[in-house]
Amino acid sequence: MPEQPFIARGFHRRRSGGSERQLPPGQYETRDFPVLSAGPTPHTPLADWDFTILDEAGKSVRWSWDELQSLPRETPTVDIHCVTKWSKFGTRWEGVSVDTLVAMARENGLDDGEFVLALAEGGYTTNLPAADVTGGKAWIAFAFDGKPLAPEHGGPARLLVPHLYFWKSAKWVRGLRFMQHDRPGFWEQLGYHNRGDPWREQRYQGDP
Amino acid sequence: MTPRLDWRVSKVVDVRDETPRARTLVLEVPEWPGHRAGQHVDIRLVAEDGYQAQRSYSIASAPENPSVELTIERLAEGEVSPYLSDVLRPGDGLEVRGPIGGYFVWSTAQAGPLLLVAGGSGIVPLMAMLRHRTRADETRRAETPTRLLYSARTWDDVIYKEELKQLGADAEVHLTLTRDAPADWNGFRRRVDRAMLQEVGWPASELPNVYVCGPTPFTESVATLLVELGHAPAMVRTERFGPTG
Amino acid sequence: MRLDGNAAGGMLRDLFTLDATTADATCAGCGGVRPIGALPAYASDMGIILRCPSCDVAILRVARTPGRLRVDFSGVSFLTIPE
Repeated sequence: MPEQPFIARGFHRRRSGGSERQLPPGQYETRDFPVLSAGPTPHTPLADWDFTILDEAGKSVRWSWDELQSLPRETPTVDIHCVTKWSKFGTRWEGVSVDTLVAMARENGLDDGEFVLALAEGGYTTNLPAADVTGGKAWIAFAFDGKPLAPEHGGPARLLVPHLYFWKSAKWVRGLRFMQHDRPGFWEQLGYHNRGDPWREQRYQGDP
Repeated sequence: MTPRLDWRVSKVVDVRDETPRARTLVLEVPEWPGHRAGQHVDIRLVAEDGYQAQRSYSIASAPENPSVELTIERLAEGEVSPYLSDVLRPGDGLEVRGPIGGYFVWSTAQAGPLLLVAGGSGIVPLMAMLRHRTRADETRRAETPTRLLYSARTWDDVIYKEELKQLGADAEVHLTLTRDAPADWNGFRRRVDRAMLQEVGWPASELPNVYVCGPTPFTESVATLLVELGHAPAMVRTERFGPTG
Repeated sequence: MRLDGNAAGGMLRDLFTLDATTADATCAGCGGVRPIGALPAYASDMGIILRCPSCDVAILRVARTPGRLRVDFSGVSFLTIPE
């Protein structure tokens, strides 16, 4: 049985201004935008960039950067929640809804699946239920706070799925693969949750 | 086999202000097994609500010193360093785990020239090496001729000023100030570059043991320059510091 | 935050009884051999990823979740530990 931890006299977390907004359990508000990375920041030239949706049969649809930019875009303002316990309220983004891209993929004969695997540069992956990236819940985001998305925050484009813990919002996203069966991605293989709902505190494998 | 590392509650017995932004904590760690110059400890702070923060700090004191000294640089936006600099006082407890690290270590048993290159708070583990060397006998010191190149932003940021001055009798100490220097400054006034390393460092043909420590971009740039100057990568040991927050 | 394998030393001591930072790791991607302490490390509260500086392959991935430490060694083809 773990002992009582030694309490450091007078130590507390760094506090930002008080906030009335709703925090998921175990989270605290930050006004910063911390950068967490699992690898070096990629620098893919836009001329070489593309985004692909694939299905399990191997069918795919591909968009170039210019093609993505020509699609209808939205400007969601959302709260984001990191599994390392910080939450940031009212973040402003611009991007193309994943619904737009999935609809085009379906028109091209792709089968969806119950799950998706987001594919990003450097082999980073994250898995989540397909229902969590559709129905107005997810975007391929390329601007933050009115400016082009900075490389250290995932630019030129990242997946944005704000209702789940932010490691699911894969930085440097390049594609989505539909799957019939769930397969753990980069952090999920190391013990993080397959879905990651911050309101149910689904941080780690085995959390209900 | 060495035992698992456990957290121990150390006692702060003294604090010393080194510069306006750096402070040394002197700790008594129960059952401290001793350390090697260059090693670090992890410290852990637990708040009453269970919130935890952990950071790593290099040990500044020589292995021959029974206390464990840590020199903390205070980052205004940090979470841990303001606590260690402003709140912690003698008599308080501080949880530590260590010593950690067998890669970035040096002792006088490693005969041969020694080159130390420090960026900012990267001076801390290198200071442990210099302090260890000071306590060695004359033969050991003669076998390990030492040069230090220390890069700091301003004169106010230079830690261990007095001690470095005294060390100058038995080792070559070079300083470079990158942002601002006093009017009568005789040292370098720019970032560490190839020419500076060539001028003050040992030539690669002398096969020096090299230790580089500081923020990641500094350490990587200096290590790359040293390899370009002909030092074997295996002879250049690096320790990258993050913002110590 | 970009550090190096020295920063993983504390976590790795819970795994190995010997100091892992002096162990030489052979990259499963390109065969390069380097001490763990010298590897670039991408560290956050989620975990630590040590990568090969030549080919960027994740040599070692470590995550601490409540009650367990999970390590992915698939990027290491050999680990040579000095005794």
